[in-house]
Amino acid sequence: MVTCLGDALFPRVGLAAARVLGNLGVAVDFPPGQTCCGQPAFNAGHRDVARRVARPFLRAFADSEYVVSISGSCAAMVREEYPRLFAGHAEEATAVRLASRTFEFSEFLVDVLGVTDLPVSRRARATFHHSCHTRRLLGVVEQPVRLLGMVEGLEYVPLTGADRCCGFGGTFAVTMPEISTAMVDEKVDHIVETGADLLIGLDMSCLMNIEGRLRRRGRAVEVRHLAEVLAAGWSA
Amino acid sequence: MVGLSAASRQAFDARVRDALADEVLQKVVAEGQDYMQALVEPVRAEAQWAAAVDEIARIRAHTLAHLDRYVDEFATNVEARGGKVFFAADAAEARRYVVDLAQQQRAKLIVKSKSMVTEEIELNPALESIGAKVVETDLGEFILQLAHEKPFHIVAPAIHKSLEQIRELFSTAAGRELKADAQALTEYARGALREQFFAADMGISGCNFGVAASGTVVLVTNEGNGRMTTTLPRTHVVVMGVERLVPTFADLAPILKILPWAGAGERITAYVTAITGPRRDDEADGPGELHVVIVDNGRSRILGGKYEKILTCIRCGACLDVCPVYRKIGGHSYDSVYPGPIGAVLSPLLDGLACHAELPFASSLCGACTEVCSAGIPLADYIRQLREDSVSNGSAPTAWRLGFQAFAAAAVRPRFWAAAEAVALPFLRLLSERGAFFIGRGPLAAWTRGRDFPRAEGTSFRAQWRRRPKRRAS
Repeated sequence: MVTCLGDALFPRVGLAAARVLGNLGVAVDFPPGQTCCGQPAFNAGHRDVARRVARPFLRAFADSEYVVSISGSCAAMVREEYPRLFAGHAEEATAVRLASRTFEFSEFLVDVLGVTDLPVSRRARATFHHSCHTRRLLGVVEQPVRLLGMVEGLEYVPLTGADRCCGFGGTFAVTMPEISTAMVDEKVDHIVETGADLLIGLDMSCLMNIEGRLRRRGRAVEVRHLAEVLAAGWSA
Repeated sequence: MVGLSAASRQAFDARVRDALADEVLQKVVAEGQDYMQALVEPVRAEAQWAAAVDEIARIRAHTLAHLDRYVDEFATNVEARGGKVFFAADAAEARRYVVDLAQQQRAKLIVKSKSMVTEEIELNPALESIGAKVVETDLGEFILQLAHEKPFHIVAPAIHKSLEQIRELFSTAAGRELKADAQALTEYARGALREQFFAADMGISGCNFGVAASGTVVLVTNEGNGRMTTTLPRTHVVVMGVERLVPTFADLAPILKILPWAGAGERITAYVTAITGPRRDDEADGPGELHVVIVDNGRSRILGGKYEKILTCIRCGACLDVCPVYRKIGGHSYDSVYPGPIGAVLSPLLDGLACHAELPFASSLCGACTEVCSAGIPLADYIRQLREDSVSNGSAPTAWRLGFQAFAAAAVRPRFWAAAEAVALPFLRLLSERGAFFIGRGPLAAWTRGRDFPRAEGTSFRAQWRRRPKRRAS
């Protein structure tokens, strides 16, 4: 599950995730019927549009054993919202089944594959952004931190206010840009405080927001999805 | 439908800009939130916290499911102990009852302890219009009354005021320069208020919870002003929302455990005051008359509907203390009695979505409010559902509806989607390679005003995946 944003703007992340999964012996497939999970419309209050967008998405993954998402928030949409979105509709059973097989990338590595060590190295002082939906809707908090601990040479510095939203919030970032920018400004302040030269996360939408503000403020901190860090540093 | 009309949106944006530009507000609100988090977070992680929240949710849901019965029981018991009960269908009825009562009793000086529902029914201006002097005796409310402002927070109403601002307000009121010292300032307020308590003809309080089984009004306070307000004046008027009931004292236990922690970071509150009827013949203290005004004002409309759980709120203010949007825009930007996540849900439900069209959209749906809610209310999901309501009643912006429909038309046709990407992405790449760029209108304009656009790779994942070298024969 590459997500619409990942497909259009961050292909490198999907490719990196596929490479990591392949390295771990997982047969990776990209069902081309997938476009968007419907979350933007769903969160903006356009429930019917969201359901319409979600239908082909359901079909695309009908035969997948596991669905691994490079976005925590899209995984949460499928896992937490699809069963309710399709309740009482013909696709309800399919939606429930898909929900039970859908995982966020780091969660899949740790909880499903049982990864305990990785042949990955990366010399960097890194901090990590816990995206809200990944943390609160999926309950994925420890998994990425454990994976970071497996990366040789990586110094992990926790972020102050790590559980506070970066201000992205989907359409919120553009319907309420002043508030959103004030929020991401504080996030950027905390990232800069850590002295990290690398920011890692699990959701390109949040990372796009944070990176956009970092760059606007002239900060050079590198911003990467965890999958990119693992793929690039893989030495086996 | 007024909805997100240009005028109300502009007014909202203006309030937000004022808040964002207010350096004192930015600093003090963030510090207040951080202070509360440091106190509450470790306790919230304890297992017994979650158990208490479940218990509160269960008790409150049960109460609402049988609200007619409990309201009846409560009113009967208040009257049996010599109190008077008045049911107010709306704010106007509630105001009229209290104003008429003040007139009958020739009340010239009225003291009040903190009450959000009296803010909701705009009681103070109504009492002042008949010539009564109304004095707020909660320290925070006292500060706000001097500043002519509305509560900024439902528990800590003056949280946005710095020590220096409070010193200036108090010095003006005192007619002398006071020291910028919390204790000295509190002592001034204490002295000034003490005289008012003794002279007051009427005391007005809210009600944290009413106990149906005994007809008891329970107040949870910290400053002692609640007890002075409810015992010294000859008449005590309680104003309470109709949903503020629990069946028995035992049901109050988990609430009294969580409320001080979630609301103020305290293991236990300084005062829990239980008032059952006016002063009896064998008692030395207490008011001669007790009036309980039970206010509906839109609540029964919520009852039984999809937002019913909002009525289980115990008004702890925890959602305000974690909300990243409240942290930036503060309480007054909401322009509603109840600010923060609880306000973004409750105010549109009480007053109508058209009066607060922006509020459901002023959220990043991060879910922090839902996570900390002491009553287990799905606040973030309610905010999202209110967006659905504004879409279905036509008040959400048309441009977004059309945009999403166009997006959906492409998203359900993966081949068209891929073709559109093949056309658009190289263009986006050219644009984004310039680094910072600005667009005049539309969603991208709102993005590029404060943030760079990401460097687009120019080809989609799906195109690259199709062309990838196959590493394994399958």
